[in-house]
Amino acid sequence: MSALRKVVDEIRSYHWFVNTMIVVVVIGAVASMVRFVYGLGVTTNLNDTYPWGLWISFDVVTAVPLAAGAFTLGAIVHCFNIKQLEPLVRPSIVTGFLGYSLVSVGLLLDLGQPQRAWHVLRYWNVHSPMFEVSMCIMLYTTVLFLEFLSPVAEKFGWNLSLRLLRWLEMPLAIAAAAISTLHQSSLGTFFLIAVDKLHNLWYTPLLPLLFWASAICSGICIIILEATACHKWMGEPNEGDLLRTLSKILPWTLGAYLALRVYSLVFFSQGPFFNRPWLTLSFLLEVGVGFLLPFVMFCMKSVREHDGRRGLAAGLVVFGLVLNRFNVSMFGMMDPLNPYFPTVIESLVTVSIITAHILFFVLIAKYFPIFEHHPETVDYSLPSRAGKLKGAPSGS
Amino acid sequence: MSTNRDFSRDGTFLIDLTKCTGCRACQVACKQWNQLPAEQTVFFSGEGYGNPPAMSEYTFTRIKFRDYQKNGQNEFAFYKEMCMHCNEPACASVCPVGAFEKTDLGPVFYKEDRCIGCRFCMIACPFGVPKYEWSKALPLVKKCTGCYERIREGLAPACATTCPTAITYGPRDEMVELGKARLLKNPERYVQKAYGYTEAGGTSVIYLTALPFDELGFKQVTKRALPDYTWDALRLVPGIFIAAGGGLSALAWITHRRERLRQELEKERAALAAEEAKEDQE
Repeated sequence: MSALRKVVDEIRSYHWFVNTMIVVVVIGAVASMVRFVYGLGVTTNLNDTYPWGLWISFDVVTAVPLAAGAFTLGAIVHCFNIKQLEPLVRPSIVTGFLGYSLVSVGLLLDLGQPQRAWHVLRYWNVHSPMFEVSMCIMLYTTVLFLEFLSPVAEKFGWNLSLRLLRWLEMPLAIAAAAISTLHQSSLGTFFLIAVDKLHNLWYTPLLPLLFWASAICSGICIIILEATACHKWMGEPNEGDLLRTLSKILPWTLGAYLALRVYSLVFFSQGPFFNRPWLTLSFLLEVGVGFLLPFVMFCMKSVREHDGRRGLAAGLVVFGLVLNRFNVSMFGMMDPLNPYFPTVIESLVTVSIITAHILFFVLIAKYFPIFEHHPETVDYSLPSRAGKLKGAPSGS
Repeated sequence: MSTNRDFSRDGTFLIDLTKCTGCRACQVACKQWNQLPAEQTVFFSGEGYGNPPAMSEYTFTRIKFRDYQKNGQNEFAFYKEMCMHCNEPACASVCPVGAFEKTDLGPVFYKEDRCIGCRFCMIACPFGVPKYEWSKALPLVKKCTGCYERIREGLAPACATTCPTAITYGPRDEMVELGKARLLKNPERYVQKAYGYTEAGGTSVIYLTALPFDELGFKQVTKRALPDYTWDALRLVPGIFIAAGGGLSALAWITHRRERLRQELEKERAALAAEEAKEDQE
């Protein structure tokens, strides 16, 4: 009983906001069970003319690029060798790992036969973008789990595994970037088959490339937002200097994305483009406020060097990305005569998935060395009883 | 993803809608053969009072009615909705577990024991054919089977067998020829086009009509086989994986080697400086 007592006391000691989040997650978990009892028809507003709803549009198509920070930063730090940014790697890996785990949860809820999810491993169909994405998500979640083990090993003082994981950092970062490139883009390939369904403003053969490029932009911006928020509300150290360096990359990636977007619209898409006013508005909001405005902002030194303004610009990019994925997977796919609006249960489940992400992040940051990680201060050497290995070259 | 398979001997429906009387015997035969339950109907279900109001998990084929006026007279036109059994089906290409298969006999067959219920087939199908069991806790997809079990045994599909006037079933090349011959023989009876020769890359259902297709509710679809659209991107996957992995590995090797060399140089310089300092002292 005393162990239980201890857990209860520990939870009682949390900030009221954390406890509220726990309640929301529990409610969402209960709401999601309704789907397994009464079926998708009752719990969602999906039907035969609109088969993919909020759970696919947000929990999968949007959540995956929002978790792209881990592979982007991994590649920046380990491949481009910008080592000064390494303290930001761990928070981004935790975000990625949580993000992908929750994508899997969302996907399992949405599948008609979740108990058969393993069929993807059994019956391969290499012509299916969904097969490609499923395989990548499984592989990448494994990679993220291995990367996530580092702070765990450090916390419990498992030196041997810590050393091994340190040695694996680089190969894992390369694997992460290669796998992510594939599935971030293949999420765009999903909608290439919707030839006469997706609206012309978004249908372009370059959709996979655009999805990949925008995922990189939003991955970096999520890191900026997260570090800014953690400094502000969780009392973590201010990583402003690092974020300033990181935000120097953004004018390039956002610029490249915008150029690609214009290029694909002019040379690869066919009109009519502006035949539906709401979609036109959504498109202008997305490209103008979500990508062009932050591009201009990140080009300015005064924005990059100011914590608040930098956070705001990063927030705009995240807004642009979310709106883009919704435009492609929801608004642009919708038949105007058959509008779809998510039910209370659908929305509740999605809200609680987002809440779960924040909650788990806060808890992991509380119990594991996520932010304090400055590799130069960590002892990667082995204890003397494993002395034989002591002289082995370190991979760092 | 263009396949080299020859589709000319695939079992194909030639549906001459100018001969359709709207008796809906095909609907009944389909329900009987597939043991599908009846649906709740409503009297005024839309134009033409057709029922059930749409294809569904319980209704794989359905006659759609269209009211129009010809020479001041009210007329009916009909459209038999069903799975088109595409030569290169979008549903089969997007399914992550390969639950759809274009069989050698013609029908696109659904293997329900494989299906994971992701509904990508419903997103991909340009004709809106696959339907879902929305009321079930663990739903599957439902669609016209092309009566695969019947034609495997040498029978014609249930709807084609029962139809008194409009449906001819046979090898695709013969059905295409027959369709062309009819258009030539009675040019005033038909619009001079058939739906299904090239739609979505060609289908195993071909329609002849008196009214323009869009007026009857036929969907305007691309002439290119749909799997080609995604395959254009997906075929690059192995190459991109190797290029990204290899490129980043090479980059990492170069940046780390450069750093190691710089460190060695610094160390050497430090050693040299220390030695010089030592010599100076002596």
